[in-house]
Amino acid sequence: MISTILIIGGGQAGAQAIDTLRREGFAGRLVLIGDEPELPYQRPPLSKKYLSGEMAADRLPFRHRAFYDEHRVELKLGKRAVRLDAAARQVTLADGENLTYDRLLLCLGAESRRLNCPGATLPGVHYLRGLIDVPPIQAGLKPQARIVIIGGGYIGLEAAATARKMGCEVTVLEMADRLMNRVVAPSVSRYFAEEHRAHGVNIICDTRVVHLAGQGRIERVVCADGGSHAADLVIVGVGAIATTELASAAGLACDNGIVVDEYCRTGDAAIYAAGDCTNHPSLHFGRRVRLESVDNAFEQAKAAALNLMDRSVAHDRVPWFWSDQFDNKLLIVGLSQDHDGQVLRGDPASRSFSVCYLKGRELLAVEAVNHSKDYMAARKLIADRTLLNVDKLADSAIALKEAI
Amino acid sequence: MPKIVFTEPGGGRREIEAPLGITLMEAARQHGVQGVVAQCGGACACATCHVYVDPAWLARLEPREEMEEAMLETAWEPRDNSRLSCQIHITADLDGMPVTVPQRQGQG
Repeated sequence: MISTILIIGGGQAGAQAIDTLRREGFAGRLVLIGDEPELPYQRPPLSKKYLSGEMAADRLPFRHRAFYDEHRVELKLGKRAVRLDAAARQVTLADGENLTYDRLLLCLGAESRRLNCPGATLPGVHYLRGLIDVPPIQAGLKPQARIVIIGGGYIGLEAAATARKMGCEVTVLEMADRLMNRVVAPSVSRYFAEEHRAHGVNIICDTRVVHLAGQGRIERVVCADGGSHAADLVIVGVGAIATTELASAAGLACDNGIVVDEYCRTGDAAIYAAGDCTNHPSLHFGRRVRLESVDNAFEQAKAAALNLMDRSVAHDRVPWFWSDQFDNKLLIVGLSQDHDGQVLRGDPASRSFSVCYLKGRELLAVEAVNHSKDYMAARKLIADRTLLNVDKLADSAIALKEAI
Repeated sequence: MPKIVFTEPGGGRREIEAPLGITLMEAARQHGVQGVVAQCGGACACATCHVYVDPAWLARLEPREEMEEAMLETAWEPRDNSRLSCQIHITADLDGMPVTVPQRQGQG
């Protein structure tokens, strides 16, 4: 008899698990523990419309408080789980409260990778992960303020676009030779570098930050190549690390994330995990992955919720991702790592194109720039493992869904 | 505050108050209207906030833009009155609008 389910983590995964558990009939005690004080909320706007002030705070929560009351969810927000005793099936909160469970779902998320160079902790150096990070950044995003962004990935570039739109002087420093190098093709990197430059963002690749300098507050960012960039405020976006301390201290296997199987199970029969904190198998792509993605958090939590109720449902989805930068929408579906061929559809100069990754004739992934049609078609073609006609695929006049 | 009348996939009727200035998707999601999944939160990236708007009310809405058209093309059972609710901004003249949530979200 499963009478109590505890969820630790009030992000996308935790919020979704609650929804699925109640809609699918779990009638027992349901407790959500989250270390942030706010109702579970959406993170993607934090680098976009919420950062710019276009989106009000009351639009961030997934659900009103009334939803949790109506569905008898005990919210323990602003409370940190500090200890997990798997043998006793007990979680201890920072305030000393002990909670026992029949089943536990860990939705611990990920945290920003920190810089450790000299000056990294100077006031004015910021990370962007949660709501608490936003006000001090917003306070510095004034017209003509010199904003240096360390890291040319999704968060760095979204923040760069937002800051530039707010009238700041923005410099992006990227260590690799191109932007978003781990997640997109060179042609897509090139397109976004040109877009940012056209909007007046100073993009510098191939540069490594070695020192954050300032008298009591950030003043300059110094690079190994001798470059020195005046800064009123720095935003660091150099990746994220799965949050696993609670799990590893409890003896659960962790290896770049909490290790789970396709049913979201850890090595402990009563403990499951979902979202950015997991290292899980991608059944479709035949390898283990850790994904930082709203979609994965949502889908994996849904599967986890069903498995928590002993309904055996494998998490088997093709992941997708998106990014908004200026008026561009980048949509990515699938995982490209094992490709042996790449096809460009359309002309980047037209501001709408896509890059298709193939293994033989099977489509593995698509990166679509301002091209929702190719993206939506690809979601189905990838999931179905449809074999494509490569000649048709290269002809952008032929719809992607017809390139078979 | 305008009221929107949802018919949920199970046939249930939900009348919710939708504040001006937010989207129909946001209003539905905050109230937990069943079937409005809205995975991407309004970025027009997932087509899981698909709804059918009462045809008599369509003229009061801004028309579909190209991106929404492309997303709806592959939605589950699109119809002439299909919309992505994340692209509909609540205005005073939508008070009383009937909206039906499809039986499924995602691709057909």
